[in-house]
Amino acid sequence: MHVRPPKNSQSKDFLQMEGIGVLMTCPMFPYLEQELEQRFHLHRLWDFPSRRRFLEAHAGSIRAVVGDTKVGADAELIDALPGLEIVATFSVGLDKIDLGRCGEKGIRVTNTPDVLTDDVADIAIALMLGVLRKVCGCDAFVRSGKWKSGDFGLTAKFSGKSVGIVGLGRIGSAIAKRAEAFGCPISYCSRSEKPHVSYKYYPTAAELARHCRILVVACALTEETRRIVGREVLDALGPEGVLINVGRGAHVDEPELVAALLEGRLGGAGLDVYENEPEAAEELFPMDNVVLLPHVGSDTVETSTAMADLVVANLEAHFAGKPLLTPVI
Amino acid sequence: MAPNSPFINFPNSTVHSSQVPITLESWLPMASRAAPPPLPRRPPPRVLLLRHPHHFSLLDRPLPDGFRFLKPWESPLPLDGFLSSADARSAEAILTSARAPVNADLLRRLPEVRLVISTSAGHNHIDLAECRRRGIAVAGAGDTKSEEVADLAVGLLIDVLRKVSASDRYVRRGLWSSEGEFALGSKLGGKRVGIVGLGRIGLEVAKRLEAFGCAVSYNSRKKKPYVSYPFYSNVHELTTNCNVLVICCGLNEQTHHMINREVLLALGKEGVIVNIGRGPIIDEKEMVQLLVQGELGGAGLDVFEKEPYVPEELLGLDNVVLSPHAAVLTPETVSNLCDLIVGNLEAFFSNKPLLSPLLDE
Repeated sequence: MHVRPPKNSQSKDFLQMEGIGVLMTCPMFPYLEQELEQRFHLHRLWDFPSRRRFLEAHAGSIRAVVGDTKVGADAELIDALPGLEIVATFSVGLDKIDLGRCGEKGIRVTNTPDVLTDDVADIAIALMLGVLRKVCGCDAFVRSGKWKSGDFGLTAKFSGKSVGIVGLGRIGSAIAKRAEAFGCPISYCSRSEKPHVSYKYYPTAAELARHCRILVVACALTEETRRIVGREVLDALGPEGVLINVGRGAHVDEPELVAALLEGRLGGAGLDVYENEPEAAEELFPMDNVVLLPHVGSDTVETSTAMADLVVANLEAHFAGKPLLTPVI
Repeated sequence: MAPNSPFINFPNSTVHSSQVPITLESWLPMASRAAPPPLPRRPPPRVLLLRHPHHFSLLDRPLPDGFRFLKPWESPLPLDGFLSSADARSAEAILTSARAPVNADLLRRLPEVRLVISTSAGHNHIDLAECRRRGIAVAGAGDTKSEEVADLAVGLLIDVLRKVSASDRYVRRGLWSSEGEFALGSKLGGKRVGIVGLGRIGLEVAKRLEAFGCAVSYNSRKKKPYVSYPFYSNVHELTTNCNVLVICCGLNEQTHHMINREVLLALGKEGVIVNIGRGPIIDEKEMVQLLVQGELGGAGLDVFEKEPYVPEELLGLDNVVLSPHAAVLTPETVSNLCDLIVGNLEAFFSNKPLLSPLLDE
């Protein structure tokens, strides 16, 4: 289901919202800033030397926070904004928002599901092809002039390789659909087995890893899924196995992953997320069996625009007393 | 002595060669003392390797027994000299690849050749008419590669649109921490993809891209029955209705430079071209110029007009992804190809039908 919010609403409510204080936590997307600025009184947290200085000046006037995967709304921020009514995150992930605190205080929360599903699933497949067929390595080979002295060598076939998906939600299902078109047998693990799904279910990530060549993390980050990929799962995946992470860096025990790759105990990895972004496991930089992307899962013009429109539409709906488009709580 | 007489001359035998008729009984004791000479055997067929058999060496696999392989690169003579040698001229079969054409001139110099085996898809590098004229059988590379090639086509396309290689480079140079976010890419879903040549490879590409939400249409010599994708009878018309073009056809007189400046301009500033067919299908000089000028959005290329040379200007562009003709280089495909080469050689020289005869289209 794709939500299509109205753009540039011209209602009376639109004009009355100019005075509403909206806090943007960090630079995200210039178009989003512009759209927010046109409708509300936009405050940019990064314009201030510190969070404390901002709060001293404007805490009382903030009724909405727009955060993202880098800077969200933690308990400290929520508590410091007495007038806060709604947190609208420019992401589908909610791990940077203290949902418990929001719930306690009756603060609404919205995110941007569905509009970014395709893009993230596309990047997951891009990472699989990149690691197995060494697309990036081949590109570097040609650019360096080495092709003039010899051919590149063999790369691993992708079509038909078994793919195991951790988390069969919107994104996991979209990944499955794409991988199936390559003839890949699909299996998954999830909190519980999904009815009406023909893919093979395994109750744990380790069990799943034992039965697939490519393991892809596509679940939400919660207390249960933190470090869901650790030594046991990596060992189960093994020297021919490949790990793909389009979830959160915190899903994977990164030191274990790095060690497994450096020691050849894991065949390869395609990563879009890391434990300490924008630091990206430097030890892996010289390796040719990894692909390292700077958290670009949903970073297309089309999707960022759709996400921005959804954030704005949710805020407008809230302040106009209308139902939220994509509420979480 | 009459030719078919039972008189047999044994050197060093105790029987005097003065014509004693030999009966079986008198022969047997002699047979126990000296073994008969071996019957004349056919020497192993001579196979000329025009290029180093890298498919076998990629797998550390030895060339098959039962053949004598002629290797020009092991000779002190230059290729031309080698081809004039008695050794080369005794060749009964030629093993070749895309970079070593088998033309009428070569066939004239090798009069004993009865079989040509190509290790590359397509046959524009073999003079099929001349082979037919000389009664030379031709075997091709079979159809084992479609999935791998289609996989790479999709890989190149996503890479160009989502700037995968470019952003991987960005991360490895440490720029994510120092410079911040990388540029936004373009969504694959919803793209209107035109496939040029809807053979096995084209169909595999179409099937994959449909799963990503692309709208697929195609151009081919003839409309394909049982295919629901919209058909365009010429490449230019196809391109005006698409923002992505994937070249999946073979190279021949009609397709040479078929993707010219006009077609590329129709693809446009946001358009992306992917080529996993053959370099000369695209007018490379025009394409490079348009990419550099920003008149063409991007390109994913596995093939070039003069491999392994790639136009310098492309090496500095972030909106192109370059691949060293690697579409078929996976262990499965290379192993299948080696099996096919061996199988075709063995079949031909034991008078059995070729496994993958090449039919002229």
